[in-house]
Amino acid sequence: MGLEEKLPSGFLLTTVEQASGWVRKSSVFPATFGLACCAIEMMTTGAGRYDLARFGMEVFRGSPRQADLMIVAGRVSQKMAPVLRQVYDQMPNPKWVISMGVCASSGGMFNNYAIVQGVDHIVPVDIYLPGCPPRPEMLMDAILKLHQKIQSSKLGVNAEEAAREAEEAALKALPTIEMKGLLR
Amino acid sequence: MTDEQRSGNNVPSPRDDTGEVIGVRKGMFGANNGGDTSGYGGLVRTVTMPGASARPYGGPGGVFDEIADELEGALEEQGLVPGNAIVKTVVDRGELTFHIAREHLVQVARTLRDDPALRFELCTGVSGVHFPGDQGRELHAVYHLRSLTHGRLIRLEVTAPDADPHVPSLVAVYPTNDWHERETYDFFGLIFEGHPALTRIMMPDDWQGFPQRKDYPLGGIAVEYKGAQIPAPDQRRSYS
Amino acid sequence: MSAPHETPHATPRATTEGTVYTVTGGDWDEVVQSAAKADDERIVVNMGPQHPSTHGVLRLILEIEGETVTEARCGIGYLHTGIEKNLEFRNWTQGTTFVTRMDYLTSFFNETAYCLGVEKLLGIEDDIPDRATLLRVLLMELNRLSSHLVCIATGGMELGATTIMIYGFRDRELILDAYELITGLRMNHAFIRPGGLAQDLPPGAVDHLRELVKTLRKNLPEYDKLATGNPIFKARMQDVGYLDLAGCMALGATGPILRSAGLPHDLRRSDPYCGYETFEFDVPTADSCDSYGRFLIRLEEMRQSLRIVEQCLDRLEPGPVMVADKKIAWPAQLALGPDGLGNSLDHIKNIMGTSMEALIHHFKLVTEGFRVPPGQAYAAVESPKGELAAHVVSDGGTRPYRVHFRDPSFTNLQAMAAMCEGGQVADVIVAVASIDPVMGGVDR
Repeated sequence: MGLEEKLPSGFLLTTVEQASGWVRKSSVFPATFGLACCAIEMMTTGAGRYDLARFGMEVFRGSPRQADLMIVAGRVSQKMAPVLRQVYDQMPNPKWVISMGVCASSGGMFNNYAIVQGVDHIVPVDIYLPGCPPRPEMLMDAILKLHQKIQSSKLGVNAEEAAREAEEAALKALPTIEMKGLLR
Repeated sequence: MTDEQRSGNNVPSPRDDTGEVIGVRKGMFGANNGGDTSGYGGLVRTVTMPGASARPYGGPGGVFDEIADELEGALEEQGLVPGNAIVKTVVDRGELTFHIAREHLVQVARTLRDDPALRFELCTGVSGVHFPGDQGRELHAVYHLRSLTHGRLIRLEVTAPDADPHVPSLVAVYPTNDWHERETYDFFGLIFEGHPALTRIMMPDDWQGFPQRKDYPLGGIAVEYKGAQIPAPDQRRSYS
Repeated sequence: MSAPHETPHATPRATTEGTVYTVTGGDWDEVVQSAAKADDERIVVNMGPQHPSTHGVLRLILEIEGETVTEARCGIGYLHTGIEKNLEFRNWTQGTTFVTRMDYLTSFFNETAYCLGVEKLLGIEDDIPDRATLLRVLLMELNRLSSHLVCIATGGMELGATTIMIYGFRDRELILDAYELITGLRMNHAFIRPGGLAQDLPPGAVDHLRELVKTLRKNLPEYDKLATGNPIFKARMQDVGYLDLAGCMALGATGPILRSAGLPHDLRRSDPYCGYETFEFDVPTADSCDSYGRFLIRLEEMRQSLRIVEQCLDRLEPGPVMVADKKIAWPAQLALGPDGLGNSLDHIKNIMGTSMEALIHHFKLVTEGFRVPPGQAYAAVESPKGELAAHVVSDGGTRPYRVHFRDPSFTNLQAMAAMCEGGQVADVIVAVASIDPVMGGVDR
């Protein structure tokens, strides 16, 4: 019927990295971290029509200690910023962050004294999701992209190597202001 | 339009020309930086808020006169000269506003709440407005009172200078103003005398300054795009 | 100068830059001893701002003795967005884009309150086309349904009744489909503009809405079957979050909280706007003053809203949806182009090719905006949560001078302490859910 019938003599060979990535991506536990409008769309995504249960993610954990994905859903105020960081610190590794909506990603239309201009000032972000608020389909797309990322994440020395490479690439990257050409 | 409205009762009452000057607008389009290319750059106009109205105040069925009569009568009964407490009365856009001297605010509010003919039971909070151009009366606290008994709505306005930003608290009369006054203090620095715990409510406790005053910057940052930068909204060339 | 801040735990040390204090923290034994001096079992519990059962980022500080709450306080401001300040840097029409994000569950009410205020300042209340007003009412009543559905859904979820949550979001999706058809967006519409609406109904919308009303009429009784008579639900809700009429009046609570105390105060009846005096509907009340009464009121209000929606649909007649005054109405004649967005090609051809003045006018109106005469106005609407009002001040410019929103969530949340003190910890959740605060509206 499925995979098991195609296996020669019941054996399947893969790398530990791939296996752990597959296991990790298949049961991500998001923390309930609703802030504003996006939180309502996040709840909608968990409810009947869009049904996050299809990706093994319907159980939103109330405690950050049981969660490994933080969906920052909404605008982060200066007053909320330390709380957000504390919640992030309480989550066990490995952990991922989706910055849901334009306010969390860059401050969005609220370019003012009260709002943190992008949650990446406080926590490292894996996926930036635009939209005000993003549709549930967009959130699901972001989650699937994150699954791909988790699936291909490295372990041990490979992870250290990957982190080093990523940092080098980031240091060499051209700042936005110096880029030329059309806006894309 | 009902017959009553057509009959002329709702015609705006005559105003005297001395409105409150709250600022000056320069140039043709009110450009805030950069030159005025219209040729009318030297134009200077004062910005005037609607001034005091004379009787009759009108309102639907003359209700504004009724409210004013009742209030003045009730204040007189308490031994207060109405002219001292009510600085002026403004009728504008179908809304009745009493400008109250701040030292009499609590008594006036209590009268408005308790007098059977007035009965403004519900206060819908206080809204602060900062007019840096209104010399000596920079900070305004605006209260809206609603009477469920009579189905009426009025506005009270109190002013305080920037140098002495004190206004008596209405929490004793309308407990609902507790959070509203804290909010106004938080944003405008208006100190409500007699409030049980006047602390910041929206901003973090250690915040410096009062963010919604006109002299407080919006605090946005410039937005970077590919090869370009757009200044924060309050730094852009704009018209007003 | 002596060191004013010196304590055993903060020793001063003189340096070239002035006195530096090294704070070492208290001795744990001392802390324990001083805590033991208080002879009671006092525990202070901090709930939130990140807590699944407090709506959004509400923070509750509860002092409890065993299971009983002796004191309760709210900490708010964790979602303060500075919207009121931001409005002062955009023109009057752009304001709707901001206010719609205040209480994000009642977008259309925010927009209407703001637009009614601006229209009052402009003195054009009587010029708003009937069709625009009718559509505003229609959208507001649909919004009342979707807001109450979220309230019931999340309230149910907080009680542990996940089924109600799934049902609530199912029906809300149906309403959101209608929004999407009409405004193009699921939330944060900015569809109601000063002077009217951004756009007319798209083709097929009326039929879609009639279908929607039919479906919702079928679905609404399911909440009765699920919850109204459910003994567990009743046991959790009845006599919880008690606030009587005197308390409501003192604390300024409006909306379902006030009506659950028996006073049929509804701005749609007592101070009508948008022609509500011509609609037939009832204002439901309860006399139980508790969470269960508020739940029943919300259910009944949803039925009444459906009635109003039907009346709107019956009355709709073709016509403009924006004031005729070209100094206020945007010249846009929006029509979906082949690229999925943009202005109508005919309109662009017309203003680019034949009318220089129209082009200038268009440019000025869109970049600079219209001017609003100086003054102030107060416009109140009955939102699903209570009296939602906008205090709009103009200095005669193209931008708001000050806009203050009196949000019902903000005022109603003050009643939390009165409802919860003396009750059980578990009942705090029920009481807060029955207030239905939305932090976007509370903090703005």
